[in-house]
Amino acid sequence: MLLLLSLGIGTLTGCGLWLMLRERTFDTILGLTLLSYAVNLFIFAMGRVKVGAVPIVEAGKTFTLANTADPLPQALVLTAIVISFSMTAVLLAIALRSNAESGSDHVDAEEPRP
Amino acid sequence: MNGAAQLMQGHEVIAPIVLPLLAGSVLVLLEKSRSRWVPLVSLCATGLLLLLSILLVMQASGGKVQPYLLGNWQAPFGISLALDRLSALMLLLTAAVASGALVYAVAGQAGRSEAAQGEHFHSLFQYQLMGLCGAFLTADLFNLFVFFEVLLAASYGLLLHGATRARLKASVHYVVFNLSSSALFLIAVSLLYALTGTLNMADLALKLPLLRPEDARLAQAAALLLLVVFAVKAALLPLYFWLPDTYAAASAPVAALFAIMTKVGVYAIARMTTLLFGVSSGGATAGVAAVALPVLALGTLVLAAIGALAATRLRGLVAYLVVGSAGTLLLAIGLGTEGTLAAALFYMVNSTLVAAAWFLLADRISAARGGVDLLDARALSGGWAPLGLAFLIASVAVAGVPPLAGFLGKALLLQAAGQTPMAVWVVALVLGSSLAMMVALARAGSTLFWKPGAGGGATVAAHVSAHVSTHLPAHVTASGALAVRPTSAAHIWAIGALLAAVLASAVAAGSLSAYAGAAAQQLLQRQPYIEAVLGARPVPPKFDVRKEMRERARESGELK
Repeated sequence: MLLLLSLGIGTLTGCGLWLMLRERTFDTILGLTLLSYAVNLFIFAMGRVKVGAVPIVEAGKTFTLANTADPLPQALVLTAIVISFSMTAVLLAIALRSNAESGSDHVDAEEPRP
Repeated sequence: MNGAAQLMQGHEVIAPIVLPLLAGSVLVLLEKSRSRWVPLVSLCATGLLLLLSILLVMQASGGKVQPYLLGNWQAPFGISLALDRLSALMLLLTAAVASGALVYAVAGQAGRSEAAQGEHFHSLFQYQLMGLCGAFLTADLFNLFVFFEVLLAASYGLLLHGATRARLKASVHYVVFNLSSSALFLIAVSLLYALTGTLNMADLALKLPLLRPEDARLAQAAALLLLVVFAVKAALLPLYFWLPDTYAAASAPVAALFAIMTKVGVYAIARMTTLLFGVSSGGATAGVAAVALPVLALGTLVLAAIGALAATRLRGLVAYLVVGSAGTLLLAIGLGTEGTLAAALFYMVNSTLVAAAWFLLADRISAARGGVDLLDARALSGGWAPLGLAFLIASVAVAGVPPLAGFLGKALLLQAAGQTPMAVWVVALVLGSSLAMMVALARAGSTLFWKPGAGGGATVAAHVSAHVSTHLPAHVTASGALAVRPTSAAHIWAIGALLAAVLASAVAAGSLSAYAGAAAQQLLQRQPYIEAVLGARPVPPKFDVRKEMRERARESGELK
């Protein structure tokens, strides 16, 4: 489970970084999205991965991290998802407008000179 | 006794966050109905914020760290705010810069079509203030991230206002860059949480020295990642390339407000390197940036001086002055002694105010030259005397020439840096960069004011652009030509007030440096901050809802 999760995070980060460094705004935004997925999973993993644990309290068991999953990273992930989602939307709007104004979807708003 | 004092304690610590939030929300509604009260409400809210921050500075100058528990949870579990001398100073600075920028914006807005200024300028402005105040007040690392995002989201909107092609291009770069740095911020914060199990800064300061030795490298990586994130905001050497384009592309009041945005990064670095990763804090992360930070700051100073010398546009020149002041501040913070920290805080006041005044002034100068920002000989419409005088004062203040406070700040820094191992480099490069900036400003001033011949004056620009390839493309100030407004009294008031504040900081240098010294001392004595934040007790609730619900359930159960 842990190996799968870390491989997933690594793949997402790698793809995200590669896409982010490309010259078209669409690729860059896609890369940022993948990177934010990777970061969200990373936050989630930082709360220690547990399989089959209850989220907060189970009747009859003491409330310690041995018995439950850590609820805080889940709350953090929620915040991070909302923020990265809305920021990506803003960036998309800016990129579309930039494309409309300059007629180019290059990140520098003009085609590179050959 | 203590409980009574806690009960008496008001909510003034959170007021600088709530006030702009409320004002911004009201403004969104008013803007929707295109009310003519919008500028007035915005001005009143910012004026109130200024009064409030003066009050908070007076309160904090006593030396007591004032905690505030959001949601009334005991400290490491809920989110805490804390007001100390540094936070209060930053709040006052924010409110002062915002007031100047807003008066200027309102002056520029009168009678202009909505499309040029943007419909939601004032609400975004208030939200940006909310993010700034929150970032200065919070004592929680994740909350700091959230407030960073608030101020960034607002700044994206503000930067885009009156979207021209150059602004759109700068926006794409700026947003992508900041989103990537937000990703790094989240990685660093969650790493620290995984290692210590806490996000409260005071609690982190206690837990970091107790880390197991095998976690030392991870903790150092997290600490340095955090510093990278803040260095992006503060425009430190390898990460400042976004700043000149962005600041040069923004409209003048927005650029003036952005002058405080780099200082958020500087503030965060000052807070982290004293509270969490200070040399004396113990543990693996102690002094983690003690060498890298001053060296990079020195590099920033050199490149800022070169950039200022090579700038072909007044806005670009001013942007490099901002980079230079950030370099000086980070150098002083990186050296990390009490003397250099005090010098940094002293210099921060002056450099922020003067940077804001500069952006407004640059806009007026280009307006007087028919909307042209290029540093070339060109006819100046209107009198050159007021603009020239303002240019002189602002130049003297920003370059660090006696008798203004910029000089005093640098002198304090050099004096305090004399005892550090890097003294030779600090003295040489700080003085060298000051000289270079002075030369750049003198050349710009003589071109702008002493060669008012129309036409035939492209020589300076052509001469300069031969040296540098990083100057801005020609269409950057195309917006300037669209948005030229004659200089009104309110414009002069805004610039004059900011410059007057700069002069006042020189006149009141004694009390200001005493305050800065006390703030630096408070930063380095971490114990009172930690005790205040962790020792804050939740206010006992007047109505215990859960107990009431239990009782009600019991009663209804009995009734059944």
